[in-house]
Amino acid sequence: MRAFDYHRPATLKEAASLLRKNENARALSGGQSLIPALKLRLAAPAALVDLGAIEELRGIKLDGAVLTVGAMVRHSEVATSRDVAIGIPALARLAEDIGDRQVRNMGTLGGALANNDPAADYPAAVLGLGATIHTNKRAIAADKFFLGLYETALKRGEIITSVAFPLPKRAAYAKFANPASRFALVGVFVSEGAGSVRVAVTGAAPCVFRAKDMEKKLAANFAPDVLAKVRVPPDGLNSDIHASAEYRAHLITVMAKRAVAAAVAGK
Amino acid sequence: MNAPVIGQPIKRKEDYRFLTGSGMYTDDVTLPGQTYAYFVRSPHAHATIRSIDVSKARAAPGVIAIFTGDDLARAKVGGLPCGWLITDVNGQPMKEPPHPPLAQGKVRYVGDHVAVVIAETLNQAKDAAELVDVDYATLPAVVNAGDARKPGAAVLHDIAPDNTCYVWALGDKAAVDRAFAGADHVTTLEFTNNRLIPNAIEPRAAVAQYSRGDDAYTLYVANQNPHVERLLMTAFVLGLPEHKVRVIAPDVGGGFGSKIYLYAEETVITWAAKQTGRPIKWTAERSESFLSDAHGRDHLTKAELALDKNGTFLAMRVITTANMGAYLSTFASCIPTILYATLLAGQYTTPAIYCQVTAVFTNTAPVDAYRGAGRPEATYVVERLVDTAARETGIDRAEIRRRNFITQFPYQTPVALLYDTGNYEATLAEAMKLADVAGFEARRKQAEDRGKLRGLGYSTYIEACGLAPSNVAGSLGGRAGLFEAGEVRVHPTGTVTVFTGSHSHGQGHETTFAQVVADRLGMPVENIDIVHGDTGRILFGMGTYGSRSIAVGGTAIVKALDKIVAKGRKIAAHMLEAAEADIEFDRGNFKVAGTDKSVTIGQVAFAAYVPHNYPLDKLEPGLNESAFYDPTNFTFPAGSHLCEVEIDPETGQTRIVNFTAVDDFGKIINPMIVEGQVHGGLAQGIGQALLEACVYDPESGQLLTGTYMDYALPRADDLPSFRVATKETPCTHNPLGVKGCGEAGAIGAPAAVINAIIDALAPLGVRDIEMPATAERVWRAMQNTRELKKAA
Amino acid sequence: MGITVSMTVNGQAVTAELDPRTLLVQFLREYRQLTGTHVGCDTGQCGACTVHLDGRAVKACNILAVQAQGAQILTIEGVAANSELHPMQAAFRDHHGLQCGFCTPGMVMNALELVRKHPDPSEETIRAGLDGNLCRCTGYHNIVKAVQAGAAAMKR
Repeated sequence: MRAFDYHRPATLKEAASLLRKNENARALSGGQSLIPALKLRLAAPAALVDLGAIEELRGIKLDGAVLTVGAMVRHSEVATSRDVAIGIPALARLAEDIGDRQVRNMGTLGGALANNDPAADYPAAVLGLGATIHTNKRAIAADKFFLGLYETALKRGEIITSVAFPLPKRAAYAKFANPASRFALVGVFVSEGAGSVRVAVTGAAPCVFRAKDMEKKLAANFAPDVLAKVRVPPDGLNSDIHASAEYRAHLITVMAKRAVAAAVAGK
Repeated sequence: MNAPVIGQPIKRKEDYRFLTGSGMYTDDVTLPGQTYAYFVRSPHAHATIRSIDVSKARAAPGVIAIFTGDDLARAKVGGLPCGWLITDVNGQPMKEPPHPPLAQGKVRYVGDHVAVVIAETLNQAKDAAELVDVDYATLPAVVNAGDARKPGAAVLHDIAPDNTCYVWALGDKAAVDRAFAGADHVTTLEFTNNRLIPNAIEPRAAVAQYSRGDDAYTLYVANQNPHVERLLMTAFVLGLPEHKVRVIAPDVGGGFGSKIYLYAEETVITWAAKQTGRPIKWTAERSESFLSDAHGRDHLTKAELALDKNGTFLAMRVITTANMGAYLSTFASCIPTILYATLLAGQYTTPAIYCQVTAVFTNTAPVDAYRGAGRPEATYVVERLVDTAARETGIDRAEIRRRNFITQFPYQTPVALLYDTGNYEATLAEAMKLADVAGFEARRKQAEDRGKLRGLGYSTYIEACGLAPSNVAGSLGGRAGLFEAGEVRVHPTGTVTVFTGSHSHGQGHETTFAQVVADRLGMPVENIDIVHGDTGRILFGMGTYGSRSIAVGGTAIVKALDKIVAKGRKIAAHMLEAAEADIEFDRGNFKVAGTDKSVTIGQVAFAAYVPHNYPLDKLEPGLNESAFYDPTNFTFPAGSHLCEVEIDPETGQTRIVNFTAVDDFGKIINPMIVEGQVHGGLAQGIGQALLEACVYDPESGQLLTGTYMDYALPRADDLPSFRVATKETPCTHNPLGVKGCGEAGAIGAPAAVINAIIDALAPLGVRDIEMPATAERVWRAMQNTRELKKAA
Repeated sequence: MGITVSMTVNGQAVTAELDPRTLLVQFLREYRQLTGTHVGCDTGQCGACTVHLDGRAVKACNILAVQAQGAQILTIEGVAANSELHPMQAAFRDHHGLQCGFCTPGMVMNALELVRKHPDPSEETIRAGLDGNLCRCTGYHNIVKAVQAGAAAMKR
């Protein structure tokens, strides 16, 4: 780890100001991706702004048709929250399967989204549910948030405060895990909401994306079999030592079918 | 003390300290004035070093010293030696390129050691290491063993212009050729035995200290054989008097082979401790372990089996290229030869076997022994061939094995080994019973109904361990003895400390060896402590690897115990005023035969140290004996492993649903510990078959599996619970009748897993699959046969 | 630049002036001499460094000491009351759930939270629940048995 200045502001305003003022500052939430990167000297910010003491970033709220999760809510809290279990059980199950127990006990929703790891689980849920990301500045629709490999719509000094998930009629997530990292080799989140079906794919490409062809088929008939012949073309998908683009393309269909089947079964 | 202790699952004496966080691993050692070392490593697979500028780094805060290869050369520090000389097919010695602890002029793999920075804190050492300016001129790299000898391949060492360390062969080639010419059936397979990274969970570590007052060194190091470490370091590299160096291998967090060797890091910091006058600690970060621990396996093999029409094996021909990596690690050269080709008979009567091995240098980390070391590779060759032959000839897989089993012992194989004992049919039969082979077809059908493909795989193995008769090793090129030493000290109050040259890094010697002593001396295990891992306390030792500890180290202790009892008999005879010949020793008591007169071993010990009533004219006081034991033969554990898998045909993912291992380890001292050793070995074998692969970029030579994010180490949910059992044919040539159990699981499992996968996929026409059998590989194998079928 | 960090470690209030890049595990091992918490990797997978932070199992190599400001930390050294092993520790010994002992402290710390969440865990639950801890010695077989037995003993 290279040396850095450390700040632990008590308010959102103070945190934003610290991040704005220090060009090479980074926000620290759970740190489960950032700290390994610091240790391996892959990241070397001049300052860290620890969001851990900011109360306003915490809390889960189920209000009518919207589930709101604070940015600093840990994965383990989402996995065990009664409100999440009632509102979007698929989200609780997704959170229960992120990383491992210790990571879930530190990692946060806001941190995962700001990092936008191409194989992370949460981006699939946020995009697959058509959620809205709230920051200290504005509200950003999921479709406008994830821009590319580790790239988001967040601007300097902008901090995610919470995410508002509209409650779907039914939803599910199916993941084929990378056996080494346990990140998604391919993960597919499907949801059927008020008048729309969403299919979001993580792990397969440089950034989470929607499988629109699948959405069309499912909008007509929300059943796994309609996807049997729908294939996301391998061009542009990731190809690495863990899986070829062709295999990932194949897995997208398999995982999408399984997610739909689970959503239909209410599992 | 009448309850038997041999064969009992006695709870481990070492566990309390590990469970309460009171263990003392090398990184837990902190010495006054301690500094920290960090190594500058090559970012290139192959490059010449034009220059190294350390001036900026030297001026960085906290830096005490920086050393490069030039500094070591000036100080006449030698290269890291190889302990086994292989003589090639032309009678020439293998090529032994220099292996400087810090690179001189050239780097040969990513992670090769270039310089060491020593600073007050680790962060300061790492900060300064970033300021060491190395000017590299990169060279093309060669990574895969199969490319090393191709024309135009990059050359690593001037003395080996074709990157060839040796071409070696074993067996009667003419007899094999004749047998193949007359065979009814020939089965041929070509495969890779995948390169693995050992991954003991404790990373390598060392703390070195120099004491000016007595011109002596102390080195704490995570190592499996501290005396060998000391011998190699003092005599071959640093030129130090051996008696001035104390090597302590305290609690060691797993080894699996990777901590046998003399590495650059501990050698450099030992030398540097005198230069700086400060203790120095180095602990590998996991990323460094991936880069620079000796790797395992990495063979390319073409193997053929000749059979007659009854399925009798006539001959085997095996041609292997073995990747040595960039330099010869301590025992690298003997792994794909002496510990591989000699095992190709397996459990079978194959009368003629020929094996040729070409060892090559590549721009990768050195490769050496990893759990099983040569024997898993040999077993994989034999058991994949046998299984494939069964399929091709239509003979039942168990039946073809039974037809060819060795049943008469001793048995001389055509590849140099003399098996003393075994009962292969018994282990196979028991394994088939435990695995419920009879019920398999029904389970396969049920799986089919659930949309899954189910397969059952067999593997039998033989292991040569208890390394080794020193004269045999010497005649085969070994440059060390392979005996073991032990010392038994009975204290005046009758408690016992045993000093063993074996080293425990998880194997539980503190308990197993104590059971051996408790049994022989008739005292409670609690009264016996086992000391290992310290050249300052233990007379000598060759250490722990090759499943040798109980067979060789345990026997050395037994020999010392025999001397204790013999001397105790003399003392007791004097105390009891009887003839020595009339003294019997039974469960802790020396008795006059046929009388009720007796003294306890405690009383004898007290008399030996307070020799008031003692035959001082004939006998020295004290009760402390030592022994060296050199085995007369290898031991031959053997067993049958059965694996049952289920494959998800949509994704290609394989789950192991049952795994059964029935092993013959001879006499068993502590069945709980033995089962634990089997479990761990199986996990590593299954890891090789399904998950683990060390991958370098074939062009750049960058390690692509350099963290646990990319190297798949088995987790709890990757594995099933195991069914394990043992059969017992006692070893005929050591007094305990023991054979050793540490590596069996890793040896038998890979072929069992792959044979199970092939069994599941054979109906689709799949004949072979590479390890690790990842989901994508399985899926592709199914795709390919579907496409072939479509085309046909 | 030093930062004053205060926390409670195994029931004892501690304060230190730390370089902010000090990891929680370094603080425990180097400043508190609590060397039972081990470091087995640098990317947060092996779990040998697992401790409890305010009752949650976390990886101490993946947390800055300053992030634990004001927290309650429990390490393996604080698990056994006096010299008597905790039932989970005893179960690891009784079922041979450890070999080299290096991963063991982290395994036990993880197992304690696992059993708090699942007082009567199935084999599947245990295997899934140990996903944050690597062991290279045991093949996990006896660890699973130990956790199951430890869970049963903790109910008594």
